[in-house]
Amino acid sequence: MLVPSLVDGLLLGFVYGIAAMGLSLIWGVMNVINLSHGPIIALGMFGVYLVFNAIGLNPYLTLVLVAVMGLLLGILIYWVAVHRVINAPHLSTLLATFSVNMIIVGIGTAVFTTSPRNVDFTLGSITLGPITLPWTRILAALAAGVVTVLLYLFLYRTPPGKAIRAVTDNRAAAELMGIPTNWMLALSFGLGTMLAAISGGLIATFFPFTILAGGSYELKSFVICVLGGLGNPLGALIGGLLLGALEGIIPAFMETSWVPVLEFILFVLILLVRPQGLLGSKT
Amino acid sequence: MKRIVHWLLIFALLAAFLAACGPTPEPTKAPEPTKAAAEEPTKAPEPEAKEVTMVIGYTTSQTGKYNVSSTRQVNGLTLWMNEVNDAGGIKLSDGTVIKFKAVTYDDESNKDRVQELYTRLATEDNADFLISPYSSGLTAAAALIAEQYGKIMITTGAASDATYKEGYTLIFQVYTPASRYLTGAVDLLAQLDPDLKKVAFVYENTKFATSVVEAAKAYAEEQGYDIVLFEGYDAETTDFGPFIEKIKQSGAEAVLGGGHFQDGSTFARQVHEKGVEIKFFTLLVAPPEPDFADLGEAAVGVIGPSQWEPLAHFTPEAAKEAGVEWFGKSGDEFVEAYKAAYNEEPSYHSMGGYAAGQVLQKAIMDADSTDPEAIKAAMDAMDILTAYGRIKFETSPEAHGLQIGHSMVYIQWQKDDAGNLVKQVVWPPEGKTAEPLYPKP
Repeated sequence: MLVPSLVDGLLLGFVYGIAAMGLSLIWGVMNVINLSHGPIIALGMFGVYLVFNAIGLNPYLTLVLVAVMGLLLGILIYWVAVHRVINAPHLSTLLATFSVNMIIVGIGTAVFTTSPRNVDFTLGSITLGPITLPWTRILAALAAGVVTVLLYLFLYRTPPGKAIRAVTDNRAAAELMGIPTNWMLALSFGLGTMLAAISGGLIATFFPFTILAGGSYELKSFVICVLGGLGNPLGALIGGLLLGALEGIIPAFMETSWVPVLEFILFVLILLVRPQGLLGSKT
Repeated sequence: MKRIVHWLLIFALLAAFLAACGPTPEPTKAPEPTKAAAEEPTKAPEPEAKEVTMVIGYTTSQTGKYNVSSTRQVNGLTLWMNEVNDAGGIKLSDGTVIKFKAVTYDDESNKDRVQELYTRLATEDNADFLISPYSSGLTAAAALIAEQYGKIMITTGAASDATYKEGYTLIFQVYTPASRYLTGAVDLLAQLDPDLKKVAFVYENTKFATSVVEAAKAYAEEQGYDIVLFEGYDAETTDFGPFIEKIKQSGAEAVLGGGHFQDGSTFARQVHEKGVEIKFFTLLVAPPEPDFADLGEAAVGVIGPSQWEPLAHFTPEAAKEAGVEWFGKSGDEFVEAYKAAYNEEPSYHSMGGYAAGQVLQKAIMDADSTDPEAIKAAMDAMDILTAYGRIKFETSPEAHGLQIGHSMVYIQWQKDDAGNLVKQVVWPPEGKTAEPLYPKP
């Protein structure tokens, strides 16, 4: 019983990981806690749902479209809501992104209602001894891995990625070197929301959802960021796997109501013992 | 700075002057209640006839997680109200004609807002009657207020038994109580497979679902079933992998439980994806919803209790056989009227809202009065059959207002000859539209 639960949890952990990576990237680059992260995850879910239902496009192909839309939406949110308060105290950026959260949830509720939706897409399962795994979960984990690799290649091997890292290290110095810092911040915000939208799209392939569903993934993302190290995308992935594993294993031994208790005990312990997270804070 | 003060003074003087010249402003009320589409009272043709407009107060979850179910519930109630008003109202023997007006607010699916708004409905809006919000949790909050201000409240969309065991005297329940939600499923299982003994209960940790499964567990144990697993999950659970592993380990052949739509549909989907071999699978709330069919193959064979289904066939003849009075229109007429008004199939939430209105209407007709005491007495004495089913209230002080007449119907998703998913009523035997699919594929 332990092994199947652990494998289930780890596969889910990959998806949690890229959701948290988006939050972590935005925090790492611009010190902004993005409270619109949850609704953007939900929009990613609806993106896959709407395209799949409208034209029957394979959800994994739809993810490319969802990613582009997530990137553009993030850039738009940055210029409209975040840019003017980027240098203000943290409370201002919190309130600005919380406002975006409320706007998306409000419009989403009006348009989609809070009815649960489901992408009627299945690829069957594979059975390996005692473990039965749905292909949708396996592909979601693989997709999360591919996205992580691409993000690292982008940040470490491309000029815009290097520029983002330069802005993270020292915004003033980067500006003096001729880097358009505002655009790099906008791009970082866009990448963060893109990751959130992709994670939402992947979740939609195996869990039903509503426009309010992003909230719980946003909360998990915060926990994961602290576990892995705020601002560290690789740490976010590791944190995601850790959280997924805990969610898989704990219910095998005790009631599920203990899952958040133990998760948040770990959260507090990390804050006390290693506040920079397991992998430290960096981009 | 001086210039700003100067302009402010001029503005204040101008405003004071305009206020003195103009009409007395209405006192500001916030938030402004939404007036539901109800007829304005018209003058009665005969001088002795007196027209009374009674106010029905309730909240709607226009936002938040109960948005869909609550909206359907209110649609049903509004349909009833419009029908009564359009038909000229309720006529009493003294010539009084009663029409209805709705006052409603958005409760945001939030218990605190419910308490605040029901207090407003009872005190500022002077509601004559109250209808509950959707869900047991919100209704428990509203019931306290209704009782405190001496207002009759008809509850719908609220199945938990606990509210009616608080000693209240003015709260009347339309839904079958939670304690009887799954007992019919146990009876169905006993009929389908007398040899099956191992049953698992996996349920949402909410007031509603817990009270349902605790009652069903006690009933199943009485029937000799071996409860091999009895475990709750959080309302936000999305990964049922650990529970599915526990079901496999326990050797359960029948699984009962669930809670609401989202968790129930997720659970059903994962049971299918993981290829769990269970023969009988019954979930609360989710299966009767039309959207459950989105699960495709995962929906086939899943059974769910429902307060009402359009397929359910209650008739005046059935009322005569049962020795109770028939009241209102038939189920088909209700479905037709609802579709015409809202362009969608009614769910049991819609019928619950409509039935709540019917209960009030019948009580006023039986009381032949607008006196709350007389109406309460009429409700206590009520025993009727409607398109929604039988309605009768417990009158003992221990559980006053609890619904004791109505019972659930059980639906199962099956495939028709063309391979399309269809809902069939499989229990009780007198109302079934198809043989149950057993064991679950």
